[in-house]
Amino acid sequence: MALEVRGLTAGYGPVTVLRGVDFRAEAGQITCLMGRNGVGKSSFLKALMGLLPATAGTIALDGTPLHGLPAHEIPRHGLAYVPQGRRLFGPLTVAENLAVGGLVHGNDTATLAQVLTLFPRLRERLDQTAGTLSGGEQQMLAIARALCLRPRVLLLDEPTEGLQPSMIALIQEAILSLKAGGVAVVLVEQRVDAVLKLADRVAFMVAGQVAETMPVKGLTVDAEVFRTYVGV
Amino acid sequence: MKHWTLHLALIAVLFSAQYWLSPYHATNLARIMVLAVFAMGYNLAFGYTGLLSLGHALLLSAGMYAAGLPAQLWGWSAGPAFIAGIVGGGLVAATLGLLALRTAGVSFMIVTLMFAQAGYLTLLYFAPVTGGDDGFALAPASRTLMGIDLSTDTPRFLTALAIFATGLLLSLALVRSFFGRTMVAMRENEERSRMLGYNPFTVKLAALTLSGLYAGAAGAAYAILFGYVGASFATIQYSILPMLYVLMGGAGTTLGPFLGALVMFALIEAATGLTTAHQFIVGAALVVLVLFAPKGVLGTIRERWVRWLP
Repeated sequence: MALEVRGLTAGYGPVTVLRGVDFRAEAGQITCLMGRNGVGKSSFLKALMGLLPATAGTIALDGTPLHGLPAHEIPRHGLAYVPQGRRLFGPLTVAENLAVGGLVHGNDTATLAQVLTLFPRLRERLDQTAGTLSGGEQQMLAIARALCLRPRVLLLDEPTEGLQPSMIALIQEAILSLKAGGVAVVLVEQRVDAVLKLADRVAFMVAGQVAETMPVKGLTVDAEVFRTYVGV
Repeated sequence: MKHWTLHLALIAVLFSAQYWLSPYHATNLARIMVLAVFAMGYNLAFGYTGLLSLGHALLLSAGMYAAGLPAQLWGWSAGPAFIAGIVGGGLVAATLGLLALRTAGVSFMIVTLMFAQAGYLTLLYFAPVTGGDDGFALAPASRTLMGIDLSTDTPRFLTALAIFATGLLLSLALVRSFFGRTMVAMRENEERSRMLGYNPFTVKLAALTLSGLYAGAAGAAYAILFGYVGASFATIQYSILPMLYVLMGGAGTTLGPFLGALVMFALIEAATGLTTAHQFIVGAALVVLVLFAPKGVLGTIRERWVRWLP
């Protein structure tokens, strides 16, 4: 199983942001997207989800074309997206957020149980409104809600940004569990240590294109490639 | 359980009001309950789904005329006329939604206002049938239900209460249902909802149609219980009133529309007795509300003290 993207071009009105992106994500692997600010990492995830209309290129999941579909139909094909900034439904409780997330599969209890096993802290907060959760708990809920869609590909945009170390560790454990469960994870991440810990492959973006993709194995924090593409 | 208890308690208090209110005030309360049904419908669209409409006068008058015209022209009795009013409100809302929901935000507000004004002008244009601004009074025969004369005090009050109670309990059930959560999700973040597999157009169209069913029921009830149908109910004033009721009582709360209608009605009554510039007093009250309770009375109470308030 793979998510296959070829020549994806997209932008905001007259401004082209993605200029023919070629990308591949495999089941049971974590593929990180790295690059300096403004190279199009978040825009790429939005384009995959149909939020940013593609003007050229193809997106296929297991050979099924996804490009051109309305945004609300894409989750039904197995893609789920956790955007930067979490974007929960603040007035709804944790349980209600999860229920809203489970539309596609009719809120089956088995999926919900699996999600709560992955994030036991949420089980204790089911009746709490999402807006009152801590930052880390909100991030857990955002990922949990996306998992209620039973995705084959999970897109995460900087999921540990601004969180305390203990929360980062919990979320990273959850991401590794998802990988072990066969989910293809596409992770936008700026921190090299996180990439080295989590990723199987890393794709470096430059000016709206994937400039280079390589296995993470063998890379170190001070590898030249990080200085070249990320500037650290 | 406490949600249902609270709402049933309010209905019980309103039921008892017929015994301790004067006939004048009981009639006013009946009027408030009918207007609250209208506001409940507005609340479903605006308070729960985030659709800021300025076209609800069209839906109210659609219900009113869909009930009133068959009663006037063909002698329909109250029951069929009331059902026709509900259907009329829902159909017009669905049609309005199919066109206006192609826009969003301020554009949606302007487009709904435009359609409502077109509806008002249409009613004036066909004045020989609609009665125009003067309207027409319904014949007593059209205001009877199973032999009961709904124009008399007690039947009118109880019918208004029955419609209000049905609307209130249905709205509570709706907002606590899966679809209710979906409406809130749409209000909070349409893009995020789309990412979870929801089609915003479908959800908003359904919410607006439900809103229209409520507005139609209110319009039909007003025609039957108070015996008057007129184009004045299609003016912009009746698009703004439900918004004010909802803002006053608390947008996105089930009891807010009733509380807002009650407070606004009482405020206008009291201000009218004090000065001819009563709108100034109402305006000042709204400014105070915005300053100290921007989420409305019940919205503020929910935020600060009673978080379970639906």
